[in-house]
Amino acid sequence: MSTSTSAAVKREARLDTAVAEPTNVLIVGVGGQGVITVSKILAQLCLQNKLKVKQSEIHGMAKRGGAVFSHVRFGSEVYSPTIPLGQADILLALEWAEGLRWLSYLNPDSGTFISDTQMIIPPFSCRDRERGATSNYVHRTLDQVKQHVPNAFAVDATGMATELGNPRTANTVLLGMLSTALDFTVEDWQAIIAQSVPPKTLQVNQKAFVLGREWIQSDKHIAAREHVEEATPPAAPMVDNVVVDLEITEAWCKGCDICVKMCPERCLVLNSNEIVELTDPDACTGCRLCEWLCPDFAIAVHVQKIETTVAEHR
Amino acid sequence: MTNGSASLVRFQDAAASAEPEIRSFMGNEAIARGAWEAGVKVGTAYPGTPSTEILESLGTYPAEDVDAQWSTNEKVSLDVAIGASFGGVRAMCAMKHVGLNVASDSLMSQSYIGVNGGLVLIVCDDPGMHSSQNEQDSRVFGQFAMVPVLEPSDAQEAKDFTKLAFALSERFDTPVIVRSTTRLSHCRSPVVLGEREQFSTKGFKDIPSKHVALPSNARIRHPIVLEREQKLKEYMNASSLVRWEPGSKEFGIITLSTCYTYVREVIPQASILKLGASYPLAEDVVRRFCDSVERVLVAEELEPVIEKELRAMGIEIEGKKYFPRVGELSPEILREGLHTAGIINELPKTTDFNVETVARPPVLCAGCSHAGTYMALRTIDARVMGDIGCYTLGAIEPLKAMDACVSMGASIGMAVGMAKANATDKPIVATIGDSTFMHAGIPPLIDAVYNNANITVLLLDNHTVAMTGGQDHAGTGRTLRGEETHRIDFEQIIRAIGVKWIKTVDSYDVGSLFRTYREAIQYDGVAVVISDRPCALDPVKIKGTPFQVRSDGCTACQMCMNLACPAISWSNELFDGHHKVKIDQTTCIGCSMCAQVCPSDCIQLNEAGAT
Ligand SMILES: Cc1ncc(C[n+]2csc(CCOP(=O)(O)OP(=O)(O)O)c2C)c(N)n1
Ligand code: SF4
Ligand code: SF4
Repeated sequence: MSTSTSAAVKREARLDTAVAEPTNVLIVGVGGQGVITVSKILAQLCLQNKLKVKQSEIHGMAKRGGAVFSHVRFGSEVYSPTIPLGQADILLALEWAEGLRWLSYLNPDSGTFISDTQMIIPPFSCRDRERGATSNYVHRTLDQVKQHVPNAFAVDATGMATELGNPRTANTVLLGMLSTALDFTVEDWQAIIAQSVPPKTLQVNQKAFVLGREWIQSDKHIAAREHVEEATPPAAPMVDNVVVDLEITEAWCKGCDICVKMCPERCLVLNSNEIVELTDPDACTGCRLCEWLCPDFAIAVHVQKIETTVAEHR
Repeated sequence: MTNGSASLVRFQDAAASAEPEIRSFMGNEAIARGAWEAGVKVGTAYPGTPSTEILESLGTYPAEDVDAQWSTNEKVSLDVAIGASFGGVRAMCAMKHVGLNVASDSLMSQSYIGVNGGLVLIVCDDPGMHSSQNEQDSRVFGQFAMVPVLEPSDAQEAKDFTKLAFALSERFDTPVIVRSTTRLSHCRSPVVLGEREQFSTKGFKDIPSKHVALPSNARIRHPIVLEREQKLKEYMNASSLVRWEPGSKEFGIITLSTCYTYVREVIPQASILKLGASYPLAEDVVRRFCDSVERVLVAEELEPVIEKELRAMGIEIEGKKYFPRVGELSPEILREGLHTAGIINELPKTTDFNVETVARPPVLCAGCSHAGTYMALRTIDARVMGDIGCYTLGAIEPLKAMDACVSMGASIGMAVGMAKANATDKPIVATIGDSTFMHAGIPPLIDAVYNNANITVLLLDNHTVAMTGGQDHAGTGRTLRGEETHRIDFEQIIRAIGVKWIKTVDSYDVGSLFRTYREAIQYDGVAVVISDRPCALDPVKIKGTPFQVRSDGCTACQMCMNLACPAISWSNELFDGHHKVKIDQTTCIGCSMCAQVCPSDCIQLNEAGAT
């Protein structure tokens, strides 16, 4: 390198812009499911086939049960590490709602959607303590997905792996399915799987791979489609809509604090006279815990039913 | 000298000829590799996403080659690297963007002083704030400190630029920053491996007029720094760090870092000027490039750093008019901007499928030792000044017992201020993690004692830097390479500072937590409670006998769910219209906290479920 200003900047001939577009595989799931492992296996396979490959993930929060995604792009040349919206060739989902979350990344004309029907409902969405509360887990069937992407497969890979005797091979079942959509040879796939799994589990993993591969190639997926519809949670329960009224007998309260500590809604406090007080009536769900726990019967919870309706899925 | 610009071409050449080894590296691993190949002798860091893996990876190279260490905080880590550079060896320190704020005091002066052995800072920005408290653009620091900022675009360049950074550092007598972003640090792509350069120590050079930052010396050094800037500009003008890829005469883009890859993806027909460094600018080349095309846009992430420079040079360009100043850039955002600018006609078709699936925010782990702490804390109804770590999740429902959180170590100082403001009847509590305490929590605790503040400090000692993936620190008794070392005793430090009221409690003993916190807030003065229990994930993944809910006893009060344990969720059974709960047997680690708070006593050990 020279510091002289006169040296002309090297103008590089444009790399061939006609290089084939890279193949884009988006792998998604929930922290702990093995999204990163699956994408590393695919990336390694590409590398061994002398392809350029980029694998991009955000894994800062992965271990905490959050959504995890990994973009794998490969071909003779790859620029952006992330797959542009609407350009994923394959969306491989290890969990149903995660598959739906990323559907807009799939190429609407030619994309292939492969998803495990496993549903992991985050406890975070079970935080509503009202009567008849429902989690807000998404409910969509494979047929609804098919209206947006033609090639869609939903499969109970976890179930298939469990039948094989090792539920942890579910991802290998999915790799078997993925293999039908990519150009690598079966031998290459088997070799990379052998490199990536613990030797003790090699045989069951190889079986799992074949199982997944054959499943897509046969018409078994028709049967499994019914399975997704079944797996959709049942209709919301009937609920009683109620009004709750808390009756506090101040004279009996000795300020022991038990109800204040134990109220799950934290809507009770001890006031300046050390007597319990309801501070947030809207938050009270009428769970009766304070009524049951008060050693001095100072709290009575009155729950009055108004009407019965069907709880709505939110 | 390494030529970063031709990385892709080199990749092909290499594959064709002698077949050097090619490996798929994360950007961070590539940076570590580059430093090792450059003969780095001392590498330091304080962990911080997305930079953490750099030192973890450097620690996998032979100990004879490189001393890789976790430092107490970023400033210490830079100071250690500076000392090593003075000592005549090549030194590197890595940090996340906000770490540079902490280290900046030394950087500003070291810029005047220069280097002996090459001194390289790796700074990893987090556009989009995937796991950070802000998305500051560190490139501004480069301009501020007047040190060069190299910006690789993929893993190969990350390795090559890091190597080059050491050479530039010595050649121009300056610290050099290599700036990465989450997207580069955590993206894997193929890297051609090279040999390690044998770098023998230059030995200490006794030049007090250069090495001692006294006003009289610094006055002489400042103009030298300005000259250096000029020389660096000249260097950049001729350097292959800058790559001109001719294309359309109508339209050109100036870009760098991963933004370059988005540009190549979206608009390969444009003329492209890829800068390898955002500071100092290759001014002559930039001028010629702008003259050669009719319209020029700058595509850069976050702040308009280059755009402003070009404007200052009197060049007509556009940039942030079309591209956002917030968040990560991506091919689709770039495409949209170019569409608005009238450069791209059509946007590609996307699937018209838009459903809200389900939110999956990060949560504390099952059995996290912070859960009971915040549950207990919420009931004492205090003003809680929080800090940064896994326990910041104590700020959200259902724990919701943190009122403010600003930066590493800020909690105790903020609590002192709160107490001095005397604006609340509530007790004032600071919560701080073990690693954060060591990072920046000790000086404010001294401040609290010195200034006689009436506050309670909860030191949440989970024996690791959990948030960033479970690294060791001075309080764990292990080094970065896993060797045993002296373990700092928190209680001794706190006592030595002059705190009179100290208690240690088991973070899993919910009853004691309630009682101890109540006692501590009664104390007039600085009280410290050490909540002690290892993190459920690191250094050892804990898995005990799981607990299960006896469903016929569950009254659906969902008290246990206030712990925010992800193993606990609704069962299908209802009681009086409310959901009963169930415990996921594979997720539960058997911490027993839910059983302790269950008013109906229906959460019990499942001996049959023990693994
Ligand atoms: C200046 C700065 N450096 C590093 C980080 C990255 N970081 C976030 S939290 C954290 C440490 C947390 O450790 P600790 O205090 O022990 O709490 P824990 O996560 O273990 O609960 C670090 C290093 C940061 N946010 N800011
Ligand atoms: S990693 Fe450790 S400290 Fe962080 S949430 Fe999990 S158990 Fe808690
Ligand atoms: S014992 Fe309870 S709180 Fe602890 S991990 Fe298991 S379910 Fe969660």
